[in-house]
Amino acid sequence: MSPPAPVEARPVRPVGPLVIAIEGVTKLYQMGEETIHALRGVSLEIRRNEYLAIMGPSGSGKSTLMNMLGCLDTPTAGKYEFNGHDVAGMVDDELAEIRNREIGFVFQTFNLLPRSDALRNVELPLIYGGVPTHERHERARQTLIDVGLGNRIHHKPNELSGGQRQRVAIARALVNRPSIILADEPTGNLDSKTGVEILALFNDLYEKGNTLIVVTHEESVARHARRIIRLHDGLIESDGPAY
Amino acid sequence: MKRILYELIESVRIAMAQIRANKMRSALTALGVVIGIVAVTLMGTAIAGINIGFDRSLAMLGEDVLYVDKWPWTGAEDWWNYANRPSLRPEDAVKLNRIIAASPDSQLAFAVFADGRSASIKSNGNSVSGVWTQGTGAAYGRILTADFTEGRLFNETEDESARQVVVLGYDVAQALFPGRSPLGATVTIHGQPFQVVGVLARQGSFLGLFSFDNQMVLPLGAYRKYFGVRDDYAEIQVKIKDKTRLDEAREELTGFMRRVRGQIPGERDNFNINGGAIFKEKLDPIKRGIAFAGLFVTGLSLFVGAIGIMNITFVSVRERTKEIGTRKALGARRRTVLLQFLIEAVSICVLGGAVGLGFTYILFAVVRGAMPSFPIEFSPLLVVVSMLVSIATGILSGIIPAWGASRLDPVVALRYE
Ligand SMILES: Nc1ncnc2c1ncn2[C@@H]1O[C@H](COP(=O)(O)OP(=O)(O)OP(=O)(O)O)[C@@H](O)[C@H]1O
Ligand SMILES: [Mg+2]
Repeated sequence: MSPPAPVEARPVRPVGPLVIAIEGVTKLYQMGEETIHALRGVSLEIRRNEYLAIMGPSGSGKSTLMNMLGCLDTPTAGKYEFNGHDVAGMVDDELAEIRNREIGFVFQTFNLLPRSDALRNVELPLIYGGVPTHERHERARQTLIDVGLGNRIHHKPNELSGGQRQRVAIARALVNRPSIILADEPTGNLDSKTGVEILALFNDLYEKGNTLIVVTHEESVARHARRIIRLHDGLIESDGPAY
Repeated sequence: MKRILYELIESVRIAMAQIRANKMRSALTALGVVIGIVAVTLMGTAIAGINIGFDRSLAMLGEDVLYVDKWPWTGAEDWWNYANRPSLRPEDAVKLNRIIAASPDSQLAFAVFADGRSASIKSNGNSVSGVWTQGTGAAYGRILTADFTEGRLFNETEDESARQVVVLGYDVAQALFPGRSPLGATVTIHGQPFQVVGVLARQGSFLGLFSFDNQMVLPLGAYRKYFGVRDDYAEIQVKIKDKTRLDEAREELTGFMRRVRGQIPGERDNFNINGGAIFKEKLDPIKRGIAFAGLFVTGLSLFVGAIGIMNITFVSVRERTKEIGTRKALGARRRTVLLQFLIEAVSICVLGGAVGLGFTYILFAVVRGAMPSFPIEFSPLLVVVSMLVSIATGILSGIIPAWGASRLDPVVALRYE
C-alpha cells in the first residue's frame, strides 16, 4: 500500500487490484404490466482500498446498484465479476458464501438482532463462516474494541445509543475481514453529531486499507469519500474524485 | 461439517430465546400439542392395555384348552339356531373320553365336564354373593392355569363320591376369611356345609369385567345335587397335547363330538368349539378397528395442534422477515434459515410433548388408583414414541413456513417493514 498522499495530490484512481468489475448491468422490475428500469446499463470498476460514494435522487437506482454490488441480487443483463469470479450466474447459496466471506453490510436501520448482545451480533457472520467458537469470541471481541465498543460487549441493542448500534453493525461488517464494506445511508438514522463520528470511523477504516462504498443523498456525507458516482434514472451521470 | 454444527447450536439458541421472548404465545401454541400428545398416548396405552388384557385373559383360559359349548363365545347373530341345541351333559364327556382313549394318535388328551352358575357363599356371618360356581371333575386340576396359594383341588375319590368340598377363588377367600387361612374351615353354599380344601392364587380379571378370583369350584356330583343338571353354561373342556397344532385338534374334536352326538353327515354341528386361536382371530379385526378409529380420532387432536404450530411458524417468519434478510446478507444459506425455523417449530412441539407426557403420567397414576387391574403402563417406549411423534409433528408443521422463509429473496426480505 502506498503511503497516504497529500490531499491536493490524491490519486483519482487508486492502483490497488481490481475487486469489482461490472459492465452494462441492467435491472428490470416487473410491476404487473409495467416494466421498471431500475438500472439501464451501468459499468464501473472498484479497486482495493477505494472510498466510494454513490449519490443520486430518490428512485435513481442507488439501492438497486448497491444490492447488486453486494451480491444480494443478480443483474437482469450484463457482466459482474467479483475478485475475478463471475457473479451474474451464481445461485443463492453461492452468493451467500460470497457475501459471508467478501462483503460487509451496514444498513441504515442497523438491522441488529434485538435479543442478542453486541458480541453475539458481531459473531453471526463467523458462525455462518464456520469459525470455531473460541476464535469466534476472540475475533468478535477484538473487532468491537476496534470500533470503540470494548466496554459495551454484552449490551443488547436496546441498551445502546443509535451511534453505538451502528458501531456494532460496522463491527459485524468488519469481523470477517471482507473485501468491501457496503453502507446504505449509514448516517440516515443518526443525528448529525453521531453521523460525523461514524464517518470518522469510516475514514479510519479507509486509512487502514479497507474498501468502502457508501450510498447517500447527502453531499456532506459524500464529501468524506474519495470518489463519487452520481446516478440518474438508472444511469451513471458522473464518476470522479470527490473534490 | 463443523459449520452445520455451529449453525445448529445457534438455531437452538435462537429458538429458545424466541420461545422465551414469546412465552404466552408459545405456551398457547404448545397447548395444542400437549392435548394431542395426552390424547394419543392415552389412547395408545388404552389399546395396548386392552391387548395385554386380552392376551392375559386368553392365557388364563388356557392356550392348550378347547371348550365345547352350546354357544359360540364371540356372539351369535342367529341365536335361535343355538337355543334349540341340546345342552352339554356329563355323559357327553364320558363318551368323548372313551373315543379319545381309543385313538392313541389323537391330538386330544382328555375331556372334563364343567357346569357353572352364580351362587352365594357364607361363613361365620360373612357372605359373598354372585360367586361364579363351577362343578367339575378332578381332571380339571390338569386344565387349571392358576396356582394354589394353599391346599389343592379335590381328588378323584372326593370327586366320585361327591364329597362336599370346595376350592375358593382368591377374592372369595379374602372376603370370607380376612387375614386368616380358610383351609379346613366349613362354609355354607346353597344351605349346605362344604369344607374348604384349597385356595386359588390371584389371577386378575378378564378386561376388568369378569374376575377369575370371584369363583369357587366344587366336585361335579356335589354341584349337581344342589344346582340341578340342565344348564346352558355347561361345557366340556378338552386339553390338547400340542398347542401349536390347535387347528388339527379342533378338527378332530369336531369329528369326535359329532360321533358323541350321533350326528349324520351333512347335518350342522349342534355344538360349538371355542377357545384357542378362534377367539383371537375373531377379536383381532375388532381390536384393529378400535385401534384404528381411536388413533384416528385422537390423532386428529394432534393434527389440530400441528396446525397451530404451522400457523405460529408462519407468523414468526412474517414478523422476522427483515431479520431473515439481514441473516442472508451476512451469509446465511437456505439450509441455515430452514433449520432455524424448523428447530423453532420442533422445540415448541417437544416442549408440548414433554408437558403432555407429564399429564399422561399423572393421569395414569389416577387410573391405576381407581382401577388397579386395568393393564396400563407408563413405559420408556411411551416416552420415546411420544418424543418422536412430537418431533415429527414439529417437522411436518414447520416445514412449509420454514421452506418459504429459506427461499425468501434477501432484497425483498430486507425491504420488508
Ligand atoms: N423490488 C422492486 N420491485 C419493483 N420496483 C422496484 C423494486 N426495487 C426498486 N424498484 C424501483 O426501482 C427504482 C430504483 O429503486 P432504488 O431503491 O434503487 O432507488 P434509490 O436510488 O435507492 O432511492 P432512495 O434514495 O429513495 O432510496 C425505483 O423506481 C423503484 O421504485
Ligand atoms: Mg435506497
